[in-house]
Amino acid sequence: MSESLKTPLYHEHVKLNARMVDFAGWNMPIQYTNLKDEHNATRNHVGLFDVSHMGEIRVKGPSAVASLQWLTTNDIEKLNDGQAQYGLLPNDHGGLVDDLFIYCLKKNEDYLVCVNASNKDKDFRWMSENNKYHADITDESALWGQIAIQGPKALELCDQVFNYPVSKMNRNEIIESEFQGFKIMIATTGYTGELGCEVFIAAPGTEKLWQALLKNPIKPIPVGLGARDILRTEMKYSLYGHEIDDTTNPYEAGLGWAIKPMAKEFMSKNTILSAKEKGLSRKLIGFKMKDRGIPRQSYQIKTSAGDVIGVVTSGTHSITLDEPIGIAYVTTPFSHEGAEIFVDIRGKLTKAVVVKTPFVQK
Amino acid sequence: MAFHIPEDFYYTKDHEWAQVDENIVTVGITEFAQDQLGEVVYVDLPEEGQKVTQNQAFGVVESVKAVSDLYAPVSGTVIEVNSSLIDDPSSLNDDPNNNGWLVRIEMDTEKELANLMRAPEYKKLTQ
Repeated sequence: MSESLKTPLYHEHVKLNARMVDFAGWNMPIQYTNLKDEHNATRNHVGLFDVSHMGEIRVKGPSAVASLQWLTTNDIEKLNDGQAQYGLLPNDHGGLVDDLFIYCLKKNEDYLVCVNASNKDKDFRWMSENNKYHADITDESALWGQIAIQGPKALELCDQVFNYPVSKMNRNEIIESEFQGFKIMIATTGYTGELGCEVFIAAPGTEKLWQALLKNPIKPIPVGLGARDILRTEMKYSLYGHEIDDTTNPYEAGLGWAIKPMAKEFMSKNTILSAKEKGLSRKLIGFKMKDRGIPRQSYQIKTSAGDVIGVVTSGTHSITLDEPIGIAYVTTPFSHEGAEIFVDIRGKLTKAVVVKTPFVQK
Repeated sequence: MAFHIPEDFYYTKDHEWAQVDENIVTVGITEFAQDQLGEVVYVDLPEEGQKVTQNQAFGVVESVKAVSDLYAPVSGTVIEVNSSLIDDPSSLNDDPNNNGWLVRIEMDTEKELANLMRAPEYKKLTQ
């Protein structure tokens, strides 16, 4: 723990008596008070998340678009100034190095790529080594703090704190601005399914912004990684290391919408497409339990006869629904809504059913 | 946070408590354990008549975030199960030292109690 990296908000977390854990090499708050209150604050009011551990990779220069088009799966040409999109970073054998968000700060010139903390060094190395068109790629992660502000009251809070009509922005947009003299970028993106934004701020200003948000009369609630994981699971958002990894075909993961093979060439395009054309052998699904039990990552999915047909990637007790939910890969014949599957929970075949996702409709 | 650690209980290093009444041992998890787990939402307990062995897992409690095995403080036979927890584990969250008890075990031998901690020693473990 002593060697873990600390975000600019470390002292704020300690002040709030947060329970700290090591996450991807970072000393992060897992919870401040309890999961339920933090989760409910995000769904019903507004939650604040320290996401400063996320990586920021800047891609600039006249060949920025060409390089990003080759490196990632979504169509970068579609992005105009101030627009953002989700994308994937394939490896050279059809799996995924990471998933990411690409923000267009200036079309054809300047892009910000936000990546998972656990993969940041690997991503930067991969992007640099496969920088086919010689864009200017730099790791800016140490320069930026990041705070996610999420929940039905998030945009109202942001309008007040940033003195800018954030509530008038469309989803997946980004603007550059200032907060008390610190450079900020406000992006209307998030990982909870709620309205809100993620704010990048020059690292030395992160504490000031956090304090200003907490002091606001709207009274946002700090939310730790524990509730964040439940919130994203309720939306069936993928998390690297759970739903996706370096062996995942993104079509199996249900991420085909972030792949634009008609628009361009990209790394591993043929491998990724040919798996789809051959017919996917497994698919990522959401399920609910019929029998008692909570599914957890790596539990096996079986048929009633006990044959293995899949594996749980994420599972928890949904706080919104007050029942267990799970995400799993299952073989295609068992991937339709209503299919009966069995989760092997400590040796017991526990009945479950494939359901429509997201689990929580927003 | 101050946890109530009854003086008359025995404790395991895995944060179960054991209250001994002659040869009958009532077992639960400590307030410290409940706090660490967060809200318990699921409990898996043995059947009456099942044999348990000291330091071996006999059941599971799950909070929203984690699965945690329950370890038997003594060897013996389960004679009673707090089945109310199976439908609604709220008493385990609200009152783990009393109404949130898990099982009662008829113990094989009192000698095993020597392997357990008493309150002052357990208190140190929670600090």
